[in-house]
Amino acid sequence: MSKRRVVVTGLGIVSPLGCGVEHVWAQLLAGKSGLARVTHFETEDLPCQIAGVIPRVDGRNGGGPDVPGSFDPDAVMPARDAKRIDDFILYGIAAADEAIAHSGWQPADDAARERAGVLIGSGIGGLQTMYDASITLHERGPRKLSPFVIPAMLINLASGQVSIRHGLKGPNHSVVTACSTGAHAIGDAARLIAYGDADVMVAGGAESAITRLGFGGFCAARAMSTGFNDRPEAASRPYDTDRDGFVMGEGAGVVVLEEYEAAKARGATIYAEVVGYGLSGDAYHITAPAEDGDGGFRSMSAALKSAGLSPSDIDYVNAHGTSTPKGDEIELKAVERLLGDHAGKVVMSSTKSATGHLLGAAGAIEAIFSILAIRDGICPPTLNLDNPSVESPINLAPHKAVKKDIKVALSNSFGFGGTNASVVLKAAG
Amino acid sequence: MSDVFDRVKKIVIEHLDVEEDKVTEKASFIDDLGADSLDNVELVMAFEEEFDIEIPDDAAEHIQTVGDAVKFISEKVG
Repeated sequence: MSKRRVVVTGLGIVSPLGCGVEHVWAQLLAGKSGLARVTHFETEDLPCQIAGVIPRVDGRNGGGPDVPGSFDPDAVMPARDAKRIDDFILYGIAAADEAIAHSGWQPADDAARERAGVLIGSGIGGLQTMYDASITLHERGPRKLSPFVIPAMLINLASGQVSIRHGLKGPNHSVVTACSTGAHAIGDAARLIAYGDADVMVAGGAESAITRLGFGGFCAARAMSTGFNDRPEAASRPYDTDRDGFVMGEGAGVVVLEEYEAAKARGATIYAEVVGYGLSGDAYHITAPAEDGDGGFRSMSAALKSAGLSPSDIDYVNAHGTSTPKGDEIELKAVERLLGDHAGKVVMSSTKSATGHLLGAAGAIEAIFSILAIRDGICPPTLNLDNPSVESPINLAPHKAVKKDIKVALSNSFGFGGTNASVVLKAAG
Repeated sequence: MSDVFDRVKKIVIEHLDVEEDKVTEKASFIDDLGADSLDNVELVMAFEEEFDIEIPDDAAEHIQTVGDAVKFISEKVG
């Protein structure tokens, strides 16, 4: 069957750099860091005490009622309703609201609603809700569990809530692939449109794992940065010699995807086309990336193949680049292997240096950053890259954004379990 | 009775975010106050907490209105 073209017409972000696509993008290009000490729960006994917390109007992470880009939960829904959903769903709803409003798309009738779906995933889901419910169960018994415990923490309830809120009656789906979730969600949603299951998809990822349980668990797996508790903004340093683990972030990234002809017909602003999507598995280890980087190489190759493009077409790569000692170099080598002689002409950066690692939301906000890089002809920087641990012909955009005409961008996401996803985005037209 | 009614009313207003004058004895949680089946479960839990009583599931099923709740609770705490 002939596949239909899929374009991006709306963007929405809730992140450690704040809320709102243009605000976050400006912060990112200016080299601002969203990382700070965690103050909303006890960290004294944890090896990692820093994170990319969303700035809130209540003062959390430097936010405030008069600070631009601060997240205001009350502006999304009444506190009574927000108490019945986990934060990851709240972030997903806020990002979806922005993306849908931004797209200007409105369903004309019920038939249009039935052709519009939602595919928002999460790597972990309602961790704090599960933790709190476990305490209640243990201390007070099952009769004291709220009827909202399960719908508050279920991962697909981000998609469910967004569909109810906006009346979207098309495919309602979700993705759970750890740190590849956001990329898989956008890729899968694009395929639903390409293959005719829907005309519009609201797609992305949401995460809220900055909790004691999340920190305890990832610290036990020895995955998190522990040496920069006194210098949070310097902690996420992909490719740098001194990197010592990832820094957790939270938030959501959501895009509106539309079938190209329909988007064009309604005069929508088209930000980019989703031209390629590739997936692969490492089949190697539950948390460690395969040393040869073959999984990442194969997902990138598959994405290019589905786009009908070759490695020499790539201008910008938004790396997975989490600032872990092993992963960064493995990915870098895989990208070098893919690009070959073209490597010297490509810019690759890790925006996790500024946002931290948003786990299941990472692939979604990074696809959005790739789209904006295409729009504005500029590659966001890799912060804290003082001394690269290996030499590379690829420009890793240390410290400062790099101006560059970008036609094609590739965004990588790799997750626990050895799950890899790559999305290829192309300038509109 | 009136003390129980006032305390039930306060809980209903808090949980269902409704106007005070709508919470009459005859008001049905679902039909008049916008509750769904999950809200009802949560309300019953809140009554149990407030009055330090246990409301068995089969009894809870018959608590459809504010008056039903007040009557059941009044008999329990009597």
